[in-house]
Amino acid sequence: MNIVVCVKQVPDTWAEKKLDPTDKTVDRASVDGVMNEIDEYAVEEALRLKEAHGGEVTVLTMGPAKAVETIRKALSMGADKAVHVSDDALHGTDALGTSHALAKALGTIEGWDLVIAGSESTDARMSVVPAMLAEQLGVPQLTMARKVTVDGSTVRIERQTETGYDVVEASTPAVVSVVEKINEPRYPSFKGIMAAKSKPLTTLTVADAGIDTSLVGLAGSKSEVVEFAARPPRESGTIVKDEGDGGTKLAEFLQSQKFI
Amino acid sequence: MAEILVLVEHADGTPKKVTLEMLTKARALGEPSAVFVGRNYAAAKERLAEYGAQKVYVAEGDEYADHVVAPAAEVLAHLVAEKSPAAVFVASSAEGKEIAARTAVKTSSGVLTDAVDVAEGFVATQNVFGGATVVQSRAQGTPIVCLRPNSTAPVAEAGPAAEEQVSLTLSDSAKLAKVVDRVVEEKGGRPDLTEASIVVSGGRGLGGAEHFALIEGLADSLGAAVGASRAATDAGWYPHQNQVGQTGKTVSPQLYMAIGISGAIQHRAGMQTSKTIVAVNKDPEAPIFSIADFGVVGDLFNVVPQLTEEIAKRKG
Ligand SMILES: Cc1cc2nc3c(=O)[nH]c(=O)nc-3n(C[C@H](O)[C@H](O)[C@@H](O)COP(=O)(O)OP(=O)(O)OC[C@H]3O[C@@H](n4cnc5c(N)ncnc54)[C@H](O)[C@@H]3O)c2cc1C
Ligand SMILES: Nc1ncnc2c1ncn2[C@@H]1O[C@H](COP(=O)(O)O)[C@@H](O)[C@H]1O
Repeated sequence: MNIVVCVKQVPDTWAEKKLDPTDKTVDRASVDGVMNEIDEYAVEEALRLKEAHGGEVTVLTMGPAKAVETIRKALSMGADKAVHVSDDALHGTDALGTSHALAKALGTIEGWDLVIAGSESTDARMSVVPAMLAEQLGVPQLTMARKVTVDGSTVRIERQTETGYDVVEASTPAVVSVVEKINEPRYPSFKGIMAAKSKPLTTLTVADAGIDTSLVGLAGSKSEVVEFAARPPRESGTIVKDEGDGGTKLAEFLQSQKFI
Repeated sequence: MAEILVLVEHADGTPKKVTLEMLTKARALGEPSAVFVGRNYAAAKERLAEYGAQKVYVAEGDEYADHVVAPAAEVLAHLVAEKSPAAVFVASSAEGKEIAARTAVKTSSGVLTDAVDVAEGFVATQNVFGGATVVQSRAQGTPIVCLRPNSTAPVAEAGPAAEEQVSLTLSDSAKLAKVVDRVVEEKGGRPDLTEASIVVSGGRGLGGAEHFALIEGLADSLGAAVGASRAATDAGWYPHQNQVGQTGKTVSPQLYMAIGISGAIQHRAGMQTSKTIVAVNKDPEAPIFSIADFGVVGDLFNVVPQLTEEIAKRKG
């Protein structure tokens, strides 16, 4: 079972995220980058499947040069090798363009059976790239998985729904996305961190991967940010100390606002 | 006027509130045509007419319901090619966004998720970075706009809802991922977290799963949905589906009540666009108070029972 894990580098979730006023893209330069959190679960699931069924785990990231830090983390968790698509022509690429670029990059990786992604990135928060990838590749979409089981070429997932889960089945090759509930990601060990340094990392330009430049970058994107503004801060409210009547005071407030 | 496709989000045929919201929004910008995909169209029919659907394109049948996401995208892409609508509206739910995603690939169009408003020219307003930034964005091709539940008040206005069967044979590639079982874990009863007009959430301050009964009791007294902070879901006190925040659900109700929640940036990212926010926390320094319209500094085990009782009294 050869698996490709899609990992995105995102601004640290503790940092205040901003758009760059010049081109209205995410300011990635001035904040620390971290691995998109759910993608750690995707890496973990890939490693567990590899441990159970054999095969190789390849990390795939599209991102600027500094995204290599995130790739190293995935390698130190135990992934075998990595592909990094990095090219200034990709700056400003929207979700649709990202799915095109990732699909092309997957074309350079031989013999994969599963692509595993996270369910959502914490910067764009769109939850669309995995479904787009399945469509681009023409393979089954097994997304929002809280459990994945593999039996030969059959993959079965529990797809998280509003009210519980659906059991969904398909054959490999397929695209899986995982939700947080699926596992508990491991921490890289010291040995893992050392080993990561010598694991193979292939860097691809747009040309190397055969990405159509008319579909990516700010100019190629089918969606654009027209303008943006910081939300005005909320006006500060009334804070009372509970003197034995806190619940009553809160009820009074709710009633004054017609919630009761 | 321009035709706008509105994908009906429904539970076994019954349209969800967000569908009525999308029809209302679409009427302001053009002529809505509802698109029904799945089972039990009979349950949807009347509502769609009541909320002004000019037409309803119907793709009914098991094969549409029993495969993941791809069939609905195929129906939408087919209609985009055949009818050349001005835009497509889809609910910004987990499944809605995935349907929009595949439709975008099929039609080479831009997709805008989590829109809280759509204006002339299909310019969408999105609250990004957890509501810290407000963005206006636009999509090319046939704009595919995902509308966030609860962002428009649904207004009824009768329409003909003229039915037209979708003439499409689903391709094999739309049937690759098959739903073999559906499991319902929670009992209904409470409203959907993302659609509820009131949400009551509990956090680490609860101290244990058994204390979530306090949150549920308060929620039920107000007809509210129950949410939880990540600290509470990670500890296994409440299901992950109920997690509010950066890695959970984003909610924007009329009233959000944070009980025993500190209000870390990742939690605020999921709730700070709520209209009114109240907080109960024993730590006066908790960041949640900086965004609360009303806050009580105190022990939730004293404040919440008193509050629930007061609500019952006042409701009489
Ligand atoms: C707040 C916000 C909301 C958005 N909403 C939508 C939406 O609803 N629909 C939609 O389709 N798009 C959306 N986008 C994307 C948007 O349409 C634009 O295309 C644009 O703003 C690009 O996004 P970005 O700021 O993340 O650009 P970037 O910061 O350039 O990032 C875009 C992608 O390209 C990668 N990247 C950046 N530089 C390089 C490089 N040198 N080499 C390789 N990869 C690189 C990044 O890692 C990322 O995956 C949104 C973006 C933002 C910031
Ligand atoms: N630039 C990228 N490089 C690699 N994987 C990505 C990238 N963008 C998105 N993904 C994957 O798609 C998932 C969902 O992202 P999104 O649709 O942006 O919310 C993420 O969790 C990643 O697994």
